[in-house]
Amino acid sequence: MDLPHHGYRASKQRSRAAPPAGDSVLFEDTSSAAPAMNNQGYYTPGYNMGGTSNDMQGGAGVNNLFTDPMANAAMMYGSSLANQGKDMVNKEISRFMSVNKLKYFFAVDTRYVLKKLMILMFPYTHQDWEVRYHRDTPLTPRQDVNAPDLYIPTMAFITYILLAGMALGIQKRFSPEVLGLCASTALVWIIIEVLVMLLSLYLLTVHSDLSTFDLIAYSGYKYVGMIFTVLCGLLFGSDGYFVALAWSSCALMFFIVRSLKMKILPSLSSDSMGMGSSAKPQLRLYITVATAVFQPIIIYWLTSHLVR
Amino acid sequence: MAFTLYSLIQAAILCVNAVAVLHEERFLTKIGWGVDQSVGGFGDEPGIKVQLMNLVRSVRTVMRVPLIAVNSVCIVLLLLFG
Repeated sequence: MDLPHHGYRASKQRSRAAPPAGDSVLFEDTSSAAPAMNNQGYYTPGYNMGGTSNDMQGGAGVNNLFTDPMANAAMMYGSSLANQGKDMVNKEISRFMSVNKLKYFFAVDTRYVLKKLMILMFPYTHQDWEVRYHRDTPLTPRQDVNAPDLYIPTMAFITYILLAGMALGIQKRFSPEVLGLCASTALVWIIIEVLVMLLSLYLLTVHSDLSTFDLIAYSGYKYVGMIFTVLCGLLFGSDGYFVALAWSSCALMFFIVRSLKMKILPSLSSDSMGMGSSAKPQLRLYITVATAVFQPIIIYWLTSHLVR
Repeated sequence: MAFTLYSLIQAAILCVNAVAVLHEERFLTKIGWGVDQSVGGFGDEPGIKVQLMNLVRSVRTVMRVPLIAVNSVCIVLLLLFG
């Protein structure tokens, strides 16, 4: 990130410094005649005439700022310090969660997002719910529409917060603290749900490959339903709210049951050792159903105060 | 019910404290939840009760020392800021 930056700025300086040094050309100006002036405005104005060290005819004092070798050294030092800081942050973060695993969840493209949103809102015609693998690693969301991702939940969460702010603003109940409160409430509910799911999966010794991020993804999909519900509530009043609530609850329950059934209840389908699996397979079914039933409750809880 | 992240942290601290004060021999063995009573089979299905007992024991072992620090910090903050 550092090197092209320097290269770009160097060429920019050359193109800018050419006109003032009209009579004494102290360097070979190899830049083409038409400098790309439209990008100049994006840099900080203080950088305008970086200049070479020989260009003393600019006149403005800011020219001399960057001809000073001390300033150059300071810039180098600052950029190396920033690089060090970036490396340290990356190292610390990768101690807690593997960034590669996180990157897997964000490897989406437009086609996947559109299909997934369609499935979330109308899952009844989707045939094949199996997550496909490729030599033991699950396929990325770009290649498999059944794979969970974190892009949709994140975007839906942010959209939900903005929509909540807008809904409250329409009813003249808005203040910035309410927005933060709404955001942290929703976040806390996600954390609680993921923790309860993890606890129940641990207690029932379900050996599935559901990682924490998968659970976060699955519990974040309800925000799509919430956004749809709130929108209908705002557009069509209280009746529209309840209709949309019923629709998105059913769709979401169906989606969750079908998706989690593949992961949590494999023994019901491919059980070769009789009673070999853990305590009572119906407990696994209860978990799946309880997760599904929890979704409409939470949707209602988090959106009813927005559509009064 | 408006949650803040702080209330979640408080709830978590209270729950972990509650698990940490369960005494092994005075209480857990009396109600049949001691870890010496959990010698189950070696199959891959320990059962819910055994898992729970293992969970309680591991939480108590792991969180003993960090809880001291976290509780002290919490007490000081509550004293200062109410």
